[in-house]
Amino acid sequence: MSDAFIRTENLTFAYENDEGKEVPAVKGISLEIKEGEFVAMLGHNGSGKSTFAKLLNMILTPTSGKIYIDGRDITADDMTEDDMFDVRRKVGMVFQNPDNQIVATIVEEDVAFGPENLGIEPEKIRRRVDQALETVGMTEYAKHAPHKLSGGQKQRIAIAGIIAMRPRCIIFDESTAMLDPLGREELMSTIEKLNREEGITVIHITHYMNEAAKADRIVVFDDGQVFADGTPEEIFSYPEPLRAVGLDVPQTVELLFKLNKMGGNFNLKNISTEDCAAVIAEAYRKATESKN
Amino acid sequence: MAIIELEGVSYIYGAKTPYEMTALDNIDLKIEKGAITGLIGHTGSGKSTLVQMLNGLIRPTSGRVLLDGKDIWAEPKKIRDIRFKVGLVMQYPEYQLFDETVRADIAFGLKNMKMPEEEIAERVERAAEFSNLDLSLLDKSPFDLSGGQRRRAAIAGVIAMSPQVLVLDEPAAGLDPRGRREILDGVKRFSRESGTTVIIVSHSMEDMAQYCDNAAVLSRGKLFMYGSCSDVFGRAPMLCSVGLDIPHVTRINQKLIELGLPLPEDVYTVDYAADKIAKLLGLGGEVK
Repeated sequence: MSDAFIRTENLTFAYENDEGKEVPAVKGISLEIKEGEFVAMLGHNGSGKSTFAKLLNMILTPTSGKIYIDGRDITADDMTEDDMFDVRRKVGMVFQNPDNQIVATIVEEDVAFGPENLGIEPEKIRRRVDQALETVGMTEYAKHAPHKLSGGQKQRIAIAGIIAMRPRCIIFDESTAMLDPLGREELMSTIEKLNREEGITVIHITHYMNEAAKADRIVVFDDGQVFADGTPEEIFSYPEPLRAVGLDVPQTVELLFKLNKMGGNFNLKNISTEDCAAVIAEAYRKATESKN
Repeated sequence: MAIIELEGVSYIYGAKTPYEMTALDNIDLKIEKGAITGLIGHTGSGKSTLVQMLNGLIRPTSGRVLLDGKDIWAEPKKIRDIRFKVGLVMQYPEYQLFDETVRADIAFGLKNMKMPEEEIAERVERAAEFSNLDLSLLDKSPFDLSGGQRRRAAIAGVIAMSPQVLVLDEPAAGLDPRGRREILDGVKRFSRESGTTVIIVSHSMEDMAQYCDNAAVLSRGKLFMYGSCSDVFGRAPMLCSVGLDIPHVTRINQKLIELGLPLPEDVYTVDYAADKIAKLLGLGGEVK
């Protein structure tokens, strides 16, 4: 046995289209995610990344293959309904549309919805709700009406609702896609905090390359399979194959890549703005020194 | 030459109530004919209000909106005509598709204009091509299309009307990088080939820098900056001062200037940056 918190073995999923044909969306993926990891999942629309994520917390049931969550085979025949709820408690999910995930008319009641359904005692719920709101920085909005909040704030309420159930892992399924830059920044710093400070395993599905650059690891999906798996530095140093699967690289890498094509010799692993500028400045210093 | 002119335009929501809020405050703006203009600003800066004003969905509290030199509200009963001239693609327009086939959906506006069938057929296909929508999809149900395809179908529906001005509110929001490029490349090609004036609202500074000729920046209901992309993005510190983002490559450029490299301020595309830096480093060769 490995120490992976999530492990899939040869996982496949096919859905039926309107003509009754089986269309494979996930094709034999074997992947391990360790507890405490921050994994970004990239891939163009239809690459299978969202389907894969939905298999992990049992929104979808695999066609074949195995999924182990915290050592438990969740595809086994002896899974009861209680077991399924346990999986969803351990692996929470935040979706794309901030307006589709809120059920109550007061923020703190919305956050309490999950733990209430778990049958937790009221005093404990109170504590958990307060803590969850504090973690996402929304304490002052506890008594507010959710519909009056911004998109980023609504997403943080959705996260608080999940945190209140004490998950080990949270999957963000394009949760930043519908937010403006400010909302996206708020959400990203909340996600980073959950991972770094609370030790929650994070799977972040996104189309924003600069968000993926903040993860420990990037898994790139294409055509229902894992196309690449590595650190952001490793993944982004190959701009051409990434573009071939409909993705892109941060502008730092794009710039260094173009300079290399013009005869430069830069390491494409300098993906942060600071590192990128530093290596160019260094090359400039050398170029001017050799002239003098 | 200006195709749209805003003269001292203000808009107040809930005027004379306790919730009174000024969304637009005395805006003077001339939109250049045939150009692609980017409209930039925070959520709540007044962008959406301004956009809805351009095709007469809302009427200024004060000031005038001119299209081709004529006040669009000169005859309020004829405001519907303006909506054919200024086509507006709202945010997430794919949720507005409703017809049985993609073809019928794109043709809906044209049918309302009582256009002959042959012309409709021709315009639908042309609009689909500009939107990078494969013609084989036209006879499918819109609900069988992917999200990106549905978005392009909705844009095609407005392009088919051949508006004088095409206004797009966040046309690429939520799409993957390829989907973004497909939509924005199509819009640019449409503008260049047909000479249509385009106004794009977007939060992506990288997209704005790459696709727009001009940029207008709104902040707290006021026009904060307006000019060519090089004018606007060349003043990066000013954009940052109102909390706006700048293109990533502009940030790299700023950092390089800080580190003492003699680079120009108006760097906002990667190609231009690469070119300038290569010269400094004495690198030869063309970008392939």
